[in-house]
Amino acid sequence: MITNQQTTCIRTSSHRLSNLRWEVWLLSTYALWGALITVGVSARAASPGVAAEIAQVELINTSMEHQWKELGLVPSPVEDGPKWCRRVFLDLIGRIPTLEEMREFAQDRDSKKREKLVDRLLNDPRYTEEFAEHWAALWSNVLIGRSGGNNRRSLINREGMGKYLRDCFASNKPYNQMVFELVTATGATKPGEENFNGATNFLAEKVNDENGTLATSATSRIFLGMQVQCTQCHNHPFNQWKQQKFWEFNSFFRQTRALRRYSDASRDIDHVELIDEDFAGEGGRPSEAEVYYEERNGMARVAYPVFIDGTSIDRSGYVGQTNRRQELGKLMMASEFLDKMLVNRLWAHFMGYGFTKPMDDLGPHTAVSHPQLLDQLGQALRDSSYDMRALMAWITLSKPYQLSSKVGPNNMSDDPALGAVPQFSHFYLRQMSAEQLYHSLVQVGGQSKGTLEQQQAERDSWLEQFVVAFGTDEGDEATTFNGSIPQALMMFNGDLIQRATAVTPGTWLGNLAASPSPYPDKVQMLFTAGLARRARPEEMKIASQLLQARKGKADEALQDLWWAVLNSNEFILVQ
Amino acid sequence: MAWMSNQTPRGMTRRHFMQHAAGASALASTSLALGHSLYAHADELRANHKSAILLWMGGGPSTIDLWDLKPGMATGGPFQPISTTGDMQICEHLPQIAKQMHNLSIVRSMSTREADHDRGRYYMHTGFVPNPNIEHPSYGSVVAHELMAGRHDLQIPPFISVGGASEGPGFLGMAWAPFSVSSDGRIRNLEMTLDDTRLRQRMKTLELIETGFIGQQRGPAAEDHQKILKKTFDLMSSQQMEAFKVDQESESAKQRYGDTAFGRGCLMARRLVEVGVPFIEVDLGGWDNHNGIHNTLSTGLLPTLDQAMSALVEDLEQRQRLKDTVIIWMGEFGRTPIINANAGRDHWARCWSVVVGGGDLKGGLAVGATDAEGRQATSEPYSAEDLMATVCHGLGISLETTYQSKNGRPMKIANGGKLIRELMS
Repeated sequence: MITNQQTTCIRTSSHRLSNLRWEVWLLSTYALWGALITVGVSARAASPGVAAEIAQVELINTSMEHQWKELGLVPSPVEDGPKWCRRVFLDLIGRIPTLEEMREFAQDRDSKKREKLVDRLLNDPRYTEEFAEHWAALWSNVLIGRSGGNNRRSLINREGMGKYLRDCFASNKPYNQMVFELVTATGATKPGEENFNGATNFLAEKVNDENGTLATSATSRIFLGMQVQCTQCHNHPFNQWKQQKFWEFNSFFRQTRALRRYSDASRDIDHVELIDEDFAGEGGRPSEAEVYYEERNGMARVAYPVFIDGTSIDRSGYVGQTNRRQELGKLMMASEFLDKMLVNRLWAHFMGYGFTKPMDDLGPHTAVSHPQLLDQLGQALRDSSYDMRALMAWITLSKPYQLSSKVGPNNMSDDPALGAVPQFSHFYLRQMSAEQLYHSLVQVGGQSKGTLEQQQAERDSWLEQFVVAFGTDEGDEATTFNGSIPQALMMFNGDLIQRATAVTPGTWLGNLAASPSPYPDKVQMLFTAGLARRARPEEMKIASQLLQARKGKADEALQDLWWAVLNSNEFILVQ
Repeated sequence: MAWMSNQTPRGMTRRHFMQHAAGASALASTSLALGHSLYAHADELRANHKSAILLWMGGGPSTIDLWDLKPGMATGGPFQPISTTGDMQICEHLPQIAKQMHNLSIVRSMSTREADHDRGRYYMHTGFVPNPNIEHPSYGSVVAHELMAGRHDLQIPPFISVGGASEGPGFLGMAWAPFSVSSDGRIRNLEMTLDDTRLRQRMKTLELIETGFIGQQRGPAAEDHQKILKKTFDLMSSQQMEAFKVDQESESAKQRYGDTAFGRGCLMARRLVEVGVPFIEVDLGGWDNHNGIHNTLSTGLLPTLDQAMSALVEDLEQRQRLKDTVIIWMGEFGRTPIINANAGRDHWARCWSVVVGGGDLKGGLAVGATDAEGRQATSEPYSAEDLMATVCHGLGISLETTYQSKNGRPMKIANGGKLIRELMS
């Protein structure tokens, strides 16, 4: 029986397993804890309905169930508690849960335990930092790529971008306001500068070259789901956008410049200042500042700022009369594509696939798997004043997000990897992102020593090893964090793994090894911490063989076992 | 357990290893006994081992300035043509390649439709236009897949991408993914930090966990993961990893290829061909020259390309490897004949050039032509599929090879492209 005092202890102790006394206590009650998992599973089986009273969740459930029925799909059962707990930790705050956190969830017998966990991860101050860090990293990759700001010549300050985004997510800034700020930002890219505005980093490297074509394609794609990069040069047969529209949208960015500021001592760029200045127009008439472009047949054409829905603004190039980015920001905030694009982006984040393929293409040529639902969720987002946490809760509490990843005979065909339109009748297995893996390993003992800045620098350099650039002006890049050999080598031999498998006193594994629990219990702890399940009999058997091979040294055997757990496919997957 | 055997970890003698194997406890298994030869020597490779080297020009190279010049025309730009050892002229800034053109042919009537980087890169690498519902395997994965059958001695990945990302294995699965390395040859996290007995025991434990997971019908990705683990284990203990160490080359060789990342990449490609790697891609990025193109070309890209590519062809020929090694030079598309207001050229897929040679392909030819200004192909146009079919043929891969994609659709190799007849010997 858990006493009140012990329960309090669970709630107040740090969520990182660093306290040896806590470890000892946890281990000594392991058997009871294991039983609680079982209870949790059966309680869940009795009442799989989650949060049906939230209208937006109901909206999702109805739409999904309707389509499953229509297509004759039988959804997979609801995933068991520990696995679902792991899933939602990874997706909301970017790491696997600690044993303590899994235990807290497992022992909650409330039928609303899933709602409560989502609420904790979104709103409990103890998670704010990790939540903000996770979403800031995700959005940094969207806005400036994985390599933006990584080399000395870059105009981007990656730290400045991260700082701005962390503040947005920590304070739950409404999404439309965040977009407005990113699109209209002026000021310095670097933290510490007097006029620092981290939001400037989104456009800092996209406005100077080639007349701001990168700003045009990135802004329209990321926030509105309009893929226009091809229409820069010609009318595209499969795209509703014509060349004219590209240059009209481009006209909004023509007052904007990124000014380089050099450090005193060297010729290195210290930071960049993003400003709006009067645009004379390519014809030299600032009151009607126009942009010229050339059609394929060599014919020169003219363009003025016109939004995607056909709304024109004043043609003046004088910032004092018309600040074009401000006008664009307002028009974007009124666009329904802003709503739908965020819904689709977050849906894809949590569910593995968006309602369209690719996720950031909402053009008329793209098939939408659940068109009505996308519209409705977009509207609901707008009605919530763009509360991103609310949208995250709707999705993570919806029926499809509760489902197991195991398929049955009646939903085997629902496999987007084989080209099927996703129906979300089971959870689609996917690999953790490099960021998720990093933070998960840190939380099971991979933490490096040093100041917060040093640790962040170490994380950034660790992440950089997987980025490969394609050598185009558009900054295209790929990741080798894709399950191939460089990743496997890192998991076999890398520093991070060595730290995570160290058994020196004070480390996570060291503390576990030093606790008085019997060896088999420790083995179970490893499987639970790493894979959110108990060890199978054959796994227990090999664990005891390892103990024998290590001549009874349990710490070494645990080290071997933990290495194998961390290297397994099961560990790296979000299940 | 078979995948835990076969190689001795680096730094160990065979005898030392056998002692460990014999001394291992309950975890030892019979397959730890050594089944066949430990190291593959270059001279043991089958004589007909063919390879391909793709020189990938990321960003879309201006082929009108390199291989199909239009001197005197408004579209021609400032570069002058020079004569070569082949039956064509090329850019004056490629004088060393000019001396190798008897080994290489230019296809001047490439005509494609993908002028976006992502789409063009995908199309040129796979022979298929991008389709959101299926991922096609890239050149490297296809060639590696087809040529691996006879190469049991190859312990390092059959598809290596130097200095770039290439394209993925698509439906062939992650086991055929490119192994991306940087051109300095240093491979991160390669050093084993454990004694071999313990590593093997860890691998066995890992395999047990993996097998349990695969047993739950978790799809092909779970099986691919297991294959990747095996390949990684093989690679860690292989002597063939020496092939990545370009530093071991003589100073004169390094000088000949040039002190550039691309030069070292080309040199590494030759070393990898020698250990039997079927496909190597070497990346030279920076061709997306929308601004100030001619200066960028003449002062940076062309000298780099000229030195490294000419060295590679010459070196392979001197080592009598060229007849077994197909070389492909291409990017995702060409660039506009019109020089834009920023003295650059934009994306242009309608007519452009690629260069091929080696293997069974004829050198010294200019195949196809474009009009006076370089705006249209004036002879039979060739596609990515045609080029891929020709390359596969040059490697001795049957064009009747058909894959089944994961959803059961049959896919002909090279998307059923037609051979470029002029290049057939």
